Amino acid sequence: MAADETRRAIEATFRIERARLIAGLARLTRDVDRAEELAQEALLIALAEWPKTGVPTNPGAWLMAAAKRRAIDGIRHTRMRERKHAEIARELDNRDTSLEDLEAAMDDDLGDELLGLIFTACHPVISAEARAALTLRLIGGLTTGEIARAFLSSEPAIAQRIVRAKTAIGSAGLAFEVPRAAERAARLPSVLEVIYLIFNEGYAATAGEDLVRPALCAEAQRLGRILAGLLPEEPEVHALLALMEIQASRLAARAGQGGAFVPLTEQDRTRWDRLLIVRGLAALARAEALGGADGPYALQAALAACHARANRAEETDWHRIAALYDRLAEVTPSPVVELNRAVAHSMAFGPAAGLRLLDALGDAAPLRGYAPLPAARGDFLFRAGRLAEAKDQFEAAAGLTRNAREKAFLLARAASCEAPAD
Amino acid sequence: MRVMVFVKATEDSEQGMTPSPELSQMFVDMGKFNEELVNAGVLVAGDGLKPSSHGKRVAFDGPSRAVIDGPFAETRELVAGYWLWEVKDMDEAVAWVKRCPNPMLGPSEIEIRPVYEMDDFAGLIPAEAAEIHDGVGEKLANR
Repeated sequence: MAADETRRAIEATFRIERARLIAGLARLTRDVDRAEELAQEALLIALAEWPKTGVPTNPGAWLMAAAKRRAIDGIRHTRMRERKHAEIARELDNRDTSLEDLEAAMDDDLGDELLGLIFTACHPVISAEARAALTLRLIGGLTTGEIARAFLSSEPAIAQRIVRAKTAIGSAGLAFEVPRAAERAARLPSVLEVIYLIFNEGYAATAGEDLVRPALCAEAQRLGRILAGLLPEEPEVHALLALMEIQASRLAARAGQGGAFVPLTEQDRTRWDRLLIVRGLAALARAEALGGADGPYALQAALAACHARANRAEETDWHRIAALYDRLAEVTPSPVVELNRAVAHSMAFGPAAGLRLLDALGDAAPLRGYAPLPAARGDFLFRAGRLAEAKDQFEAAAGLTRNAREKAFLLARAASCEAPAD
Repeated sequence: MRVMVFVKATEDSEQGMTPSPELSQMFVDMGKFNEELVNAGVLVAGDGLKPSSHGKRVAFDGPSRAVIDGPFAETRELVAGYWLWEVKDMDEAVAWVKRCPNPMLGPSEIEIRPVYEMDDFAGLIPAEAAEIHDGVGEKLANR
């Protein structure tokens, strides 16, 4: 029992260090697979040593030193076998740094190395989905099984995705370094995109029985907080964090009795997490203070903040929301933004305004088969008193959604078109 | 999961803060630890609390509300500071607390308590409340 407790304590310590360990080792070996293996070997050494010696004062540096020794042993064995030159081993020994040097180096570089690993795992040469899987694996420390469950995918499929991502990193010869200046600005969006994709997979739960998977949201928020710590001068990093914190504040209120979906305007706002709202508003203020109020994530966070500031749905400032969507549609034009803009205008200026914008949107190809489009049209028609047309739209939306809870909600709305009360 | 981490009070902390090199060092060490927590995405909130001599208690008994002024006697049960952390499990919370510098100048204790999560309330919401909730939903749907 005591041995089991010690093992769990060591594993918990390892989990805290794992991402930074892999980051340092990946930069050293230029090989993610090897870095993961070495980190795992360091854990095994710790499991053998620490029960006798106790956990060292700087476990991160200890694990790094153990892993580096393993790396050097490995290189030495290969070279000895290949070339049988004893000098090489000696040369490598000389390059081995003392623990003190290592600790100093770790303190200097760790943030930088971790950031380098994040930028590499999120490199645009990898598909967004594979980036998300790899980031959860390397930075979040999730197992392949956990990632598969999170994305409602099979373990072999996720394993395959991760292998492909690693291969892409290898063949592109990525150096696990933080890109400088202009390149960093160009690559940051692909990092933010991955974190938000992970968050949304938890928040929007596009498929399956559960409406939300809070663990995945928490993981994305954690990644966002880490990134905000590493890149404190980047407004969009704080803006993304603000957006996630504010959206996550509603997790408890989004699922009603029996897990049914509760739309924003009908949520019990006393169940919103005030702490996350405060954190989100503070992060948004930081983004704006850094001059980033017009960034795509800052605008979305500002939209989320409009809802967060309204203690009752009727107090929502829909005019401000409509104005923010107007701006968002200019900064990041997309059919989905147009759809949300139509919803905002319908709330600010009436259902006819919403319908006009939806008609202007027409039959945009990316929205074909997208459940929220008929759901929104149905809502506008319902509010305009055109119940028969609304019913068709709700039924169409219910037929399109892959989420069981949302489907039930839409069918209930379709049914309410038949027998309106009062 | 979210945990609340309590730094328990000591005779010293109940006296308030008197400047000393040890105290300055403790602030430096604690600052580094907090920075580590932030960089790991673990820290959600946290504050230090003034001694209980600045505090008040309100005692409830039936309709009566009696206000009691601090300081309070049972020093070791008092809270001198707290953090809210987002961690994967209790093992991780313990691992983080172990690497915290001693928050006090003498022997001290830190207590970790998991916060109730959404799932913990499943089945706990009374049927009455559920009905009220459903009624509201229906009214809105039929608006």
